[in-house]
Amino acid sequence: MSATDTPASLPAPSAPDTTRRSPWGEVLHSLFRSGTFLTGLFILLFWVVCALFGQHFVPYDPLESDIINSLTPPAADHWFGTDQLGRDVFSRVIVGSRDILTVAPLATILATLAGTALGLVIGYFRGIVDDIVSRVLEAFMAIPVVIIALLAIVALGTSKITVIVVIGLSFAPIIARTVRSAVLAERELDYVAAAKLRHEGALHTMFVEILPNVIPPILVETTVRLGYAIFAVATLSFMGFGIQPPSPDWGLSISSNYGMIGGGFWWTVLFDALAIASLVIGVNLVADGVHGAFND
Amino acid sequence: MVFLGGQVLPGNVGRAILGPFADQRAVDALNHSLGVDRPLLVQYGTWIWNFLHGDMGTSYIFRAPVAPFVIDALGNSMKLALVAFVLVVPIGILGGVIAALNLNRPLDRIISLGGLSVTVLPEFVTGIILILIFGVWLRWLPIAAAWPKGAGFFTQLYYLILPSLPLFLVLFGYIARMARSGMIEALDSDYTRTAVLKGLPWRTVIWRHVLRNALLPTITVIATQTGYLIGGLVVIETLFRYQGIGSLIFTAARGKDFPMLEAGILTIGIVYAVATLVADFLYSVLNPRIRLGAEQ
Repeated sequence: MSATDTPASLPAPSAPDTTRRSPWGEVLHSLFRSGTFLTGLFILLFWVVCALFGQHFVPYDPLESDIINSLTPPAADHWFGTDQLGRDVFSRVIVGSRDILTVAPLATILATLAGTALGLVIGYFRGIVDDIVSRVLEAFMAIPVVIIALLAIVALGTSKITVIVVIGLSFAPIIARTVRSAVLAERELDYVAAAKLRHEGALHTMFVEILPNVIPPILVETTVRLGYAIFAVATLSFMGFGIQPPSPDWGLSISSNYGMIGGGFWWTVLFDALAIASLVIGVNLVADGVHGAFND
Repeated sequence: MVFLGGQVLPGNVGRAILGPFADQRAVDALNHSLGVDRPLLVQYGTWIWNFLHGDMGTSYIFRAPVAPFVIDALGNSMKLALVAFVLVVPIGILGGVIAALNLNRPLDRIISLGGLSVTVLPEFVTGIILILIFGVWLRWLPIAAAWPKGAGFFTQLYYLILPSLPLFLVLFGYIARMARSGMIEALDSDYTRTAVLKGLPWRTVIWRHVLRNALLPTITVIATQTGYLIGGLVVIETLFRYQGIGSLIFTAARGKDFPMLEAGILTIGIVYAVATLVADFLYSVLNPRIRLGAEQ
């Protein structure tokens, strides 16, 4: 392990430091040569652009209804047709990326912050704290997110904040577990012993000494969780527990239109479903690429 | 725990049933007759005691005992889950085995990538796309899982195929991936090399030596997926309007029908515990190391 000859202020990731490039440069380099990562990044960036600027270039106002032209099939003036209120499906799909791309990343950030702090503490102190907290976390992980969300939302009411907190907190245990096992390996290394000999406080040792060295697994886990967060947000919106009307959110649009699917109005749900599918697959490709870059 | 969650939730039960305009005295009277104004511990004790005696309480909404609803719903959900499992376990294992035997060839790539992509998609997205393909465009399968009263086994099965497919797709990825990595490990081991070198036909090596060792971890994965499956059922049963335990919990949560909600979730907890137990048992029966270790 190269940790002893690396100054504590520099991160010493697990990537072998054989070339002149810095370890992080190495990771970036292999990321941008990975087809999986680039494809995923392209899809993700497409939706991010739609979320940020979509409302300026879509042909119609995604919320404006036009009852006379409701449920028209895809044609030249409405590329993806119109829904039951005559709203342009194309505009709604483009702008619909906005809410999910706000809620899901915020939930992931919350999960990462909470999970990292918890994982550092239980990994560093071990002993009885670790035993108790780990059991509680395992119990939490056994309950499906949908059920936790259902209970929490009955209790707290529906709002974007509730969804962020529920998803963030139910993902935190998983990140805590990853961080914990990374910390368990790090804490036996000499630089941690050196920090203890210098009488550094526990907080300093955890967050200044150990944290920089466990960043790679945290990054990998965060990108994976982002995929699941999008999954969860979309599902909750579909169930009516997530993003609320009149947002053109994808899950929400599907939930308000799938009742008419038997009538053959396929365009009111298909494009939203494909949008969710592409975003989820895009994020998972990115996660796969990040995982590969850190583990090769 | 669920019980506590249900009770600590803000939201006066009597108020929830009678609506916001009811007289406060009427609310108090109803709360008293439902017993929800007693101390928490007393309520909890009574609840557990009654549950163990088969009395799951009285639904606030239906004003009828909860037990028949829960048992009916559980039966329906089990049918759905069973169809999904019967389809996915052999096909998933077969997929993983084929992928491992064609390691890094195009067939492996297709199975692995395809499995991974469908696994990460939310169930309602795959559900919608499948409904469109098989229910709306091809008109092969019914789009709601509501068979006529008194339908025979095969009619029920016919109605259950489409709802079970999204569950199938999610589970397929997991099971195939586990089977694949188990196979790769087993194919790479010393005992496989010994078996090949002592001249056994390839087919015998695969059947007698590789498969048995490769599939052990897969069994554990299948059991842990029960937890996932329950979350998936909530979504699928809502999408297909199927009267199962998932839609029961969903409806109960929306209507703040706490006895129903608690009974539903406790039932799920029991099912989960039983599934884990059965998996442990199967694992030890199939793994001679554990079986013989226990006998000593």
